[in-house]
Order: sequence, then structure tokens, then C-alpha cells
Amino acid sequence: MADAVIHSHDDHGHKPLGFFTRWFLSTNHKDIGTLYLIFAIMAGIVGGFLSVMMRWELQEPGIQIFHGLASMVYGVEGDAAIDAGKSMYNAFTTAHGLIMIFFMVMPALIGGFANWMVPIMIGAPDMAFPRMNNISFWLLPPAFLLLILSAFMPSAPGAHGVGGGWTIYPPLSTSGQPGPAMDLAILSLHVAGASSILGAINFITTIFNMRAPGMTLHKMPLFAWSVLITAFLLLLSLPVLAGGITMLLTDRNFGTTFFAPEGGGDPILFQHLFWFFGHPEVYILILPGFGIVSHIVSTFSRKPIFGYLGMAYAMVAIGVVGFVVWAHHMYTTGLSLNTQRYFVFATMVIAVPTGVKIFSWIATMWGGSISMKTPMLWAIGFIFLFTVGGVTGVQLANAGLDRSFHDTYYVVAHFHYVLSLGAVFAIFAGWYYWFPKMTGYMYSPLIARIHFWLMFIGVNLVFFPQHFLGLAGMPRRYIDYPDAFHGWNMVSSYGSYLSAISVLIFLFGVFEAFAKKRIAGANPWGEGATTLEWQLSSPPPFHQWEELPRIR
Amino acid sequence: MRKLSAKLGMASLFASLALGSAYAAQPTPWQTTFQPAATPIMEQITWFEKYTLWFIIPVTLLVLVLLAYCIFRFRESANPIPSRTSHNTAIEVIWTVGPVVILLFLAVPSFQLLTAQYTPPNEPTMTLKATGNQWNWDYEYQVGDAPLSFNSAPLLQDADRQALGKQDLGAYPRLLAVDNEIVVPVNTTVRLLVTASDVIHAFAMPAFGVKVDAVPGRVNETWFSAEKEGLYYGQCSELCGKDHAYMPIAIRVVTQPQYDTWLAAAKTDLPGANRALMAQTDTGNKLAAAE
Repeated sequence: MADAVIHSHDDHGHKPLGFFTRWFLSTNHKDIGTLYLIFAIMAGIVGGFLSVMMRWELQEPGIQIFHGLASMVYGVEGDAAIDAGKSMYNAFTTAHGLIMIFFMVMPALIGGFANWMVPIMIGAPDMAFPRMNNISFWLLPPAFLLLILSAFMPSAPGAHGVGGGWTIYPPLSTSGQPGPAMDLAILSLHVAGASSILGAINFITTIFNMRAPGMTLHKMPLFAWSVLITAFLLLLSLPVLAGGITMLLTDRNFGTTFFAPEGGGDPILFQHLFWFFGHPEVYILILPGFGIVSHIVSTFSRKPIFGYLGMAYAMVAIGVVGFVVWAHHMYTTGLSLNTQRYFVFATMVIAVPTGVKIFSWIATMWGGSISMKTPMLWAIGFIFLFTVGGVTGVQLANAGLDRSFHDTYYVVAHFHYVLSLGAVFAIFAGWYYWFPKMTGYMYSPLIARIHFWLMFIGVNLVFFPQHFLGLAGMPRRYIDYPDAFHGWNMVSSYGSYLSAISVLIFLFGVFEAFAKKRIAGANPWGEGATTLEWQLSSPPPFHQWEELPRIR
Repeated sequence: MRKLSAKLGMASLFASLALGSAYAAQPTPWQTTFQPAATPIMEQITWFEKYTLWFIIPVTLLVLVLLAYCIFRFRESANPIPSRTSHNTAIEVIWTVGPVVILLFLAVPSFQLLTAQYTPPNEPTMTLKATGNQWNWDYEYQVGDAPLSFNSAPLLQDADRQALGKQDLGAYPRLLAVDNEIVVPVNTTVRLLVTASDVIHAFAMPAFGVKVDAVPGRVNETWFSAEKEGLYYGQCSELCGKDHAYMPIAIRVVTQPQYDTWLAAAKTDLPGANRALMAQTDTGNKLAAAE
């Protein structure tokens, strides 16, 4: 891949010297974006592998594979293998969540697509702080390695790897797992968080100061808007996470008792801190996807986006309200009745701007001249599946009903519909939309379509039956379940294998595109593609907008 | 409005209850709905869940139909010249106000349900304390001068089942059956205090509409009033480590006289009291299992 990109840049004559200089010391937003995308694909494969292992385990009641995995990896036998396997399963769920959030979706959407496209779209030659951009990226691989390393460190007695869930609630993450695994994971989150904060600062500065002449905020493309709002969410929420996990670290190692009741602390305090970060975080994962989908729907309908200002300010509203709904993750912790009433109300409010976005996408298509090319397929898939996840979110907002759903598979189904089927579909939509722009090559539409349909069927098979499991009362994060839950779990597991096959087809499609080298041209999507990136060659020159574009 | 929706709820509930069996307190294969309700609160939750479906399924179908219509009607070949419309204030107001109205329709019964969950119909007449441990539960009956307390652990070995006479996997399913169930009288408001000794657990009983986190250093309070005798199962619902999946919760709801007899006997001989109770109640449970 690297070779192909280098050759294509030869024409432009700005190529820095050598492979190492270009890819390891890079300050070019497009090269860093490419690094982010490669990193996200690799992390996604790891995170996806973990999920397939979990689904394999859950295909049948009883413990199927994890005692074997544990004895393979940790060299334990007999009953110790069973115990190590149970802990390993918890480590898998934890690592799957953390990897998919911090090392797959965020690097792909923010580090990858936003790095690549935001400067181009706003008519800027690069990011505001190119060297900080380099640090942002290069903090991620060590963070990822720390997390991987944690899987091989002792945690609870007889266990390896962080097994507290991605929410790492104390006391399970403090006195419950005294070994060094948790410390490594906390350090990993610190480093990944620092990377994201630096990235956020970079995007905010770039978007506020480096727009081309004439590009007011109200003329800025929606993807840039979505990234701007995401960057603010990151900047405001990540320091709270950093504070929370630092307290966790000192509780673990230096005798403080922020979260330990025996010292006057409160485990629930951590949950408040965590979700003050955690809820904005889920909007961080989805907002850039909103931006991407807006562009794609507009491009392939050959119509300007419907209700542009409403779309932009709906995202602002989602971002703002997203900060005051965190305790809807905590309805069962013993919040007072009035507190629950407030969080029910605030959470429901979010449905309104989200509805505005869904209907505006449909209105953009209305009256358009729609070509169902691959990116449009993914974008429409996104709109529908995000709606399904959204309406179950409205159900879960109700504390009275959440009493039954909390910590069951209903919640797992809900957040995978908005993230696995929402954010991930947006990532693939963006990938197929911008792949010709980023590489200069056109992918095989046939392979891309097979990828879409297999994945669409696969993920729906995985997650739709989980609604039923949740209604029946199956709790989350269970390695084994009562036999009555077998049927839907089996369907869910088969779906996961299908999804895994679709990912292999995706990878083959990427390989095929680079092998066949079909030249895409500057604008393969026609007159509907109006944003600035389509005015550049494919791939764009190493430095773009040496003469700034003027926006009327 | 409030009363009306509550009445409607109750009416539809009783209709559904009359059709289903009174006993069934555990998940069943290929189940697609909640477990049958055993308390008025769970009846209200079940009603509200079905009520929300009347809004969310049409909304989802509307989006699906609109998408499909656009894809078909405005396809490139059928509509080669796209319109340039990008504003329509009226429709934007409609799709902002419309969801607000739908949310109001959801919010009213939702707040009624939430309030009901925190408003027991009468002062609880007995208090039960549940303490989560890694990985079993301690129960304490705070009655009279001599409180009854015992530990409740899952039945994972066949030998344990045999010793307790709980070989029947229908009534005592794998991963749900425990050695010592909680026993409570029917139609009695029970105050439930929940805490934990090590890490956070959660006490959950799906058929009762009860789920409360068990947090070390804190006592959470809730209540339930079971309307139907039977054996009910729940599971720990907050990740608590290695054996999170192996600390079920079982509640046996019996008549007041059965409960009184059991309580008196249990203070001195818990296994004996449980065995005597099983002899009286298990025919009913077998019916439940067959259902």
C-alpha cells in the first residue's frame, strides 16, 4: 500500500526523503490520516477476533473454548484452566470494548477521515499543528501495546488481563484485581486520552483559524462541523476520565480511598465521573459518522443537504445535551427518584435533534436523482439501523423500563445497533466514498456490494436476537447462561461468523483495488460531490491549496 | 389522562394474564418477551414496554418506508433531474414538534411507572436484606429478636442437587437453581435492602421488575409484593469477576401459613424447613416447568 501511494505522489515532486522519514516522522495530515486508518483496521481485526471468540463461546451453553484458550495462553490445566478461562472471557469483553472504542472507531473517524478530509474541505494546506498531529498518532501504538500487554499480566488471583468491563468500575478494578494488568490498562487509557486531547486541540484550532477566505462557519461542510463538535466533546470529557482513572490508580497503588467505602470513599463517585466522560464519548463515536453520511446522501442524491443549518445545530444540540444525561447509565445504583426523573427527561430530549437528522437525510433524498453506489448503500444502511438503535434508546431512557433492561442483552443490542451497525457502517460508508480520493484507485463495486450485504445480514443476525435475550432477562457479560437462552444465542453466534467473513471480503476488496489499480479520477461521483476534496486530483497532491480556494 | 392510561394498562394486562399461565418464573427457549409478571410493578413495566412498541415500531417502519420510497421513486433513471429544494420551514417544524409530542405520550406513563416503583402501596411488613459476595448471596430476615440469616449458593454439582432433592432440571434449572431459596409470603409488601461485601453486584428478579445494585458501603432499598405463588429466578446483574454468571437468585413465594411454618422451623433447621416446604409446593412448580 505504501509503495503505491509513494509512486502516485512522485508526480507532485514534494515527496520527503525515504520511507522512514515519510511514515515515522510525518507531519503531513494525509499521511498521518493514512497511518490512523491502517492502525484502525489492524485494531479492528484484533477487536473483531475477540468478539468472534466470545460468540463462539456463547454459541452453546456451558464453557466451550475459554478453558482451552486459557490453557493455551497461560499454561494452566484442569480446574485452574476453567477458572482462568472465566476470567479470560471477562478480559475479552473488556478488551473488545476498549479496542473498538479507543483504537478502532475513534482512530478511523477522527484520526483517519477527519485528518484526511477536514483540512482539504475547509481549504487549509494542513492541520494547524502538524507536529502535534504526529504525536497524536504515535501515542496510539504504545497505548495499544500497553493494553495488549495487560492481557498477559496477572489481575485477580489465578487470572490474567483486565476483567472489569470497559467501564472498569471499582472496587472490582481496585481491590478486586490487585495485579498489574489494571495499572497497564489505566496507563493505556491515559496515553490514548492524551492522544485524543491533542488531536481535539488541533482540530479546533484548524477549523477556527484556517478556513479558506469566504468559508464562514455557516458555509462549512457538515463533516467539518461534526468534527468540530466532536473535538469539543473530547476536550471537555476526556480530562474527567483522566481524573477518574488517576484516582483509580492512586486508590490501587498509593493508599487513597476515593472509591473505597472503608476509607470514606464511594464506588458510585467513579461511575459519575466515568459516565460524565462515557456518555459524551458515545456521541464522539457517532457524530463524525453523521457528518460522513450527510455528505454521501447529498452526493448520491445530487442535491444539497436539506436543512443545512438545522443539521449543524442538531449536532450542536446533541453535543450539549449529551453532557447532562450521564446518569441514565446508573438508574439501578440507588439514585433518588427526582434525580432519575431529571435524567429520564433530559435523555428523551436527545431524541428530538436526532429525529431532525434522520428526517433531514430522508428529505435530502426526496426529489433527488439517486444512484445506489456502494457508499450510498452503506449510508442508507446506516440511517435505517441507527433508527432501530435510536428507538430502543428511547425505551431505555425510561428509568422505570430500564429497571428491567439494565445490564441485560437488550442494552448490548441497543448500543451495538447505534455503534457496531451505526458508527461502523458510517466508517465503511466513508471508506468507500473516499477510497478513490485517498488512493487514486477505484475498488471493485461488486466486492464492495458483497461486503455490504454479507455484513448487513451478519450484524443483524448477531444483534437483533439479543433484544429477545434481553427481554427474557439474560444478563450481560456472562460466559455461561441457563439453557433456555440457547436458541437466540446460537443465531447470534452464526451471525457473528457471517460478519467475520464479510470483514475478510472487505480486506480482499482493498487488496484487489491496489492490485488492479483502476484509476479513479479526480471526481468519480459526478456533479453531486461538491465539497472541496473533489476539486483536487486523486490522490491529492502532497501539499494542497498552495493557492487558497475562494468560497463564494 | 394519568388514570386513563393506568386503567388501560391494567385492562390489557389482565387480558394477557388470563391467556398465559399463572406460573412461570424462568426464561423459556426462543422467548421473545418479558417473563410473565409476578408483581403489580412488573405488570406495569410489561404494559409500558408494549405501549412503547406502539410508537417505536411505526416510527421505524415510517423511516424504512420513506427510505424505500425515495430509493425507488427518485432513482436516477426515474428522476434524472434532481430538485434543488433544501428548505421547507413547515416540514422542519413538523418533524421537530412531532417527536416532541410522541415523547410526551411516552413520558406521562413513564413517569407514572417510575413513581410507582418508589411508592409501595403500604408500609412493608417484613424486611429482607441481601448481601452480594463473590460469588454467592447472603440473606437476612430482619424479624423479631432472632433474625434468620443464611447463605445462598448455586447448585453446580449433581451431588449437591441429589442431596437437596433438586434433580428436576425443569423446576431447578442449571445456573438458576440455588441451595437455599429466599422464601416470602404471597401478597405481602417486602422491603428489600441490598448491599455487597466486596465488589459491586446487582440483585435482579425479572418477574418482579426488581433490579438494584449491591454496592459495598451503601444500602439500597426497594420493595416488591408478589401476587402469585411459585419459584422465581434471577441472576447477578453487575459484572463482579470470574463467577459473575454463577450467582443466581431464587425466591420461593408461598402462602402466609406455609411461610410462618417455614420461618419458625428455619431458625433451627434450615435444610429441614426447606425440604418440608418443597414437599408442599413442588407439584405447582412442576406444572410451571411443564408450561
